[in-house]
Parts: sequence; C-alpha cells; structure tokens
Amino acid sequence: MREQLEGSQAVARAVARCRPEVVSAYPISPQTHIVEALSDMVRTGELAPCEYLLVESEFAAMSAAIGASAAGARAYTATASQGLLYMAEALYNASGLGLPVVMTLANRAIGAPINIWNDHSDAMSQRDSGWIQLYAESNQAAVDLHVQAFKLAEELSLPVMVCMDGFVLTHAVEPLEIPSQEQVDAYLPVYTPRQVLDPEVPVTIGAMVGPEAFTEVRYLAHAKQMQALDLVPELAAEFAASFGRPSGGLLRRYRTEGAETILVALGSVLGTIEDVVDELRDEGERIGALGITCFRPFPLDEIREALTGVTRVVVVERAFAVGIGGIVGQNVRLALAGLPSVVYDVVAGLGGRAITRRSLRNLVEEVQEGRVEPNRLHFLDLDRKLVERELQRLQEKRRSGPHAENILRDVGVVAARSH
Amino acid sequence: MRPGGRRHDDDGVFEVRIHGRGGQGVVTAAELLSVAAFAEGKDALAFPTFGSERTGAPVTAFCRISDRRIRSHEPIVEPDALIVQDTTLLHQVDLFGGAGPEAYVLINTGRGLDELGLGDFAATRFRPERVVTVAATDIAREHLGRPLPNAALLGGFAALTGAVSVESVANAIRGRFPGRTAEGNVAAALAAADAVREGSVVRA
Repeated sequence: MREQLEGSQAVARAVARCRPEVVSAYPISPQTHIVEALSDMVRTGELAPCEYLLVESEFAAMSAAIGASAAGARAYTATASQGLLYMAEALYNASGLGLPVVMTLANRAIGAPINIWNDHSDAMSQRDSGWIQLYAESNQAAVDLHVQAFKLAEELSLPVMVCMDGFVLTHAVEPLEIPSQEQVDAYLPVYTPRQVLDPEVPVTIGAMVGPEAFTEVRYLAHAKQMQALDLVPELAAEFAASFGRPSGGLLRRYRTEGAETILVALGSVLGTIEDVVDELRDEGERIGALGITCFRPFPLDEIREALTGVTRVVVVERAFAVGIGGIVGQNVRLALAGLPSVVYDVVAGLGGRAITRRSLRNLVEEVQEGRVEPNRLHFLDLDRKLVERELQRLQEKRRSGPHAENILRDVGVVAARSH
Repeated sequence: MRPGGRRHDDDGVFEVRIHGRGGQGVVTAAELLSVAAFAEGKDALAFPTFGSERTGAPVTAFCRISDRRIRSHEPIVEPDALIVQDTTLLHQVDLFGGAGPEAYVLINTGRGLDELGLGDFAATRFRPERVVTVAATDIAREHLGRPLPNAALLGGFAALTGAVSVESVANAIRGRFPGRTAEGNVAAALAAADAVREGSVVRA
C-alpha cells in the first residue's frame, strides 16, 4: 500500500522489516529522523528482538555494529558527513574483517566550511574503504535498496552503505510503498554468518597478518567486492519478481537509445535530470541519462557498454577530488578508455546548492556548442565574480582573512536569511 | 518564455511555496497539503528548505502536486502559488520571487493589501482576484483557541486555488492531529475557506 511518508520514516520502517538485531547510532543531521524512528520502534516493541544502542560517538556506533555482527547479529547503523569521517577507522575494520553491517548514509557535505546540507563528499571520501556503495535516486529506491542491501551484505559477508541525499530525500514527504513484513521475510533469509564469535567453536576475528599473507587477504577483499557485480543484478531481478517493481541493479538507463549526449549521475539529481531529458527529447535532442546505482564496486564493463557510441558523456557529480577533479568522472573515463567519447566533468550541487532544470539545460547547451572544455573540471553555476574578488584580496594583502567570512560578507548574507 | 526553459506550468505540476517563521508550522503545512493531494490520487511531494531551524527565523517549505509522477526534488523557484503565514516577512525575504503573473497568493493578515503597502504591487503583478488575504491567525484563535494559522490557511488555499478540496484538507488534518485539536483545526480550515469563497476577506 502506498502511503504519504517522509523519506526517513520510510527507510526506518523498511530497515525494521529487515529485522536488525542490533541498531547502534549517534544522532547527526540529516540522518537523525531515521534512527529516532528505529529507537521508537524498539522502545514500543514493534521491532523485536532488537537492541538499540545510543552510543557516545560515530566511532562507537560502528565499533558496536562490528561487535554485534561478529557475534552473529544482523547489525545496522546510520550516519552522515563528519560522523562518517569519525568512524573511518572502524569502517575499514568492518570491511576488512568481512562483517555484513548495513549503514544508511544521509549524504551531507564535509566541513570546513561547516555546512549541514547535501552533497556527496562524505560518501566519496570513503569510496575505497572496502564498503559496497549503493546510491538511491529516489526515496522509493532508498527503501528498496535497504532490503536488497542486507541480502547482498550477508551473501558476500561484506558491509554495504546505502547512500541517500540528505534533506533532499531524507526530509521529503511523498507517496512510498513500504514492503510488508511477509514480503521481506520471504526475500531476506535469516542471517547465517560465515564467521561468528562462538565460545563452543572459538575463532579469532581480526588476527594480525604480516607480510606473508597480507596481500592475499587484501586480494580477497577486492575479489569479494567484485562478486557484487554479478550479485547486485541478480538480487535486483529477484526483488522485482517478489515485490513487483524494478529497483536496484548496477546502472539505470533512461532514454539512452540513440543518444548522442548522455548525462551520468548518482543520487536524487537523476529525477531532475530525467525531467530535463524529457524536455530536450521533446525538442528533438538525442539525449539520455545514465544513473549509477552501484558505485563500489564500479561496474566498468557495464558502463562501457552503456556509453559506447555516445559522442558526449557529461558526468554531473556532487563532490570532487581537490587537486585533480571529478571522482565519478575519472572512473567513467577509465570505463571508456580507448573509445572516442568525450567526457565532461561537472561539479554541481555542493553543500546544498540546488541543481535546477535551467542550469542543467544551460549546461547541455554549452557542452553541445563546445563552450565547455573537456578534461577540465567545470563548476556548475559558479559565481566567478565572488571567487575573483577573494583572489584579488589574497593578492592585495598578506592578512587577507578567512575565505568563508570574506565571501559571506560579499554575498551579504545575514544570519537570519533562510536561503 | 524564459531563457533556457519552458514555462513552469507547462509540465502539469502545480508548485506551492509557503513562507513563515520557525515554529509556525510551515513544514507541517506543506506536508498536510501533500497528504490532501495524495488522498485525491495525485502525486505530491512536500519538503522544507533545510537549515539550522530556529524559532522565529524565516522558513520556507514547498509542495508539488501533479497527476503524473514527480521526479524532481529541487526547490521550487517558479511557484504557481504562494502562502505567506507572517506578513513581517514582507521586508525580509523575497516572498514573490519567481512567481509568474498567473500565480495565486494567499496572505495571512487581518489587514488589507493597501494597508500592507501591497495594493498596487499585487494589482499590477498578479491577477487581482488571485491575491487574497485571510485573517487565519484570528480564525485559528476563535476555533482552536491558539494562534496557529496553518489549518485556516490550507482551507483558504483550497478554496482559492482548487488544487485540493477543502474536504481533503480536513481529512489530512484529522489524520495528523488527535480528537479535539483536529476538530478545532478543521473548523478553522472550513471557516477560512468560507471566508475566501464568500469574498468576505479583506481585499485591497
């Protein structure tokens, strides 16, 4: 049954139907509504048996999830932004040990400057942590991906991060289908660990490994994650068969047939991109979109196949690597190595800046008219004057002061202004 | 025709922007509106502008309503309708930004547009019959005993725009609030809807 629900509430309900036995979390915006709802469900007994641990930090949240998972429990947590960075060390332990923790990441920018709004800097900073990363393009996708994530994590014995855009999705209220308990129970089997701390059959989870075998254990981490490239589509197909709607998979193509230009993106911006594609298709443009749902492991072959023959590939991403450029863009380039397609790296929507239809249309126009240089990082809607003024100040005097404050003063932001 | 894009109303999505202050229930209003539209079988998306919420700070919330699936989660920049909960925002926030000449405007005030200094502005920029004031806070005080204008504004909005029915607004309120609170709010919504319909509202 479809209900009008907030994204966070919907995800909390979907997670609860996956019957986690331990939820450990520390509140941080924009993730808080999710774990708040879960803690309520544990308190009222709606989610049972389950232990909810309000821990003292994100480091503790992940550490507790690791402990619970090693003891054979289905473990879940959620975080965002600085919270993810604070648990970074434990993230590598969860993946290195092969523990199938599932985590929601309500994507938010990383400071400084401090900013509570959405972008993908947090998720991208941990893209090589050994976690599988799935990106939700809508709240329905977020709901459905969580159900698939538990199955994926447990089949591979690897942790899975489900990324959903903070505020943009977590705080949006829209019609959503929450899978029933019976449906989820039929899809997601009881967790059978590959390794478990059991006094009857003692093992060490986390043995020290020296040069004699470290490479081999690390090789396995890679080999196991790569198995997800086969498993993710299988689980998506199973999901579609059991729940009656398509969801998940490695990629999602939108009107890519015969396209000369394809916009590539992750997350909720795909909704706006699809609107733009429809508008431009109506006007006769040969344009389509490619959504990357599974970013880690990166589906190189599938992306190559999806983009072969496309003249212009415009990667729109909500994060970038300082000192080099696009992150998704670099990965896409690797997938297209040797092909004649031209790849454009476009950074957009940082720290909560809206990516509007108008900006996207202008971007497509500029790319098609050759006004965007490929192989150089392009910032959508960058206020150049603002940047130039600050660069000028840097030249003029040594003690030019903090960028953030200087620029805010130029913008004329007053503390009470909402947007 | 705006540069780089079609007109907002061409895509069959009715876009509402609600302005108020933290604590006045702006976010709840957008949510209730979306619930009312959803109950009528429409797709509806409600979301706030996001910030460090503080009581009294300007807050904006959005609601998109459509017969088709709504995909975009971006903020509404070209609203088809505006609801202004608090007239003290008039000189602080660009309340009418992006609203086209066909837009509906509903302002919560017991005063007329001229008194607010908006008479000429409203008459030249919008269709005069689509710019309406309603004393939602007074109506709420009367029916609810508290100065919470949300329900009254939604009732007035339904009557003004027809984007949702007043009955759906009432049902959304009943689904959200318990017994007496719900009934007080429903009464306020109906009273405000009547006021807008009968044109007994204070106009310029």
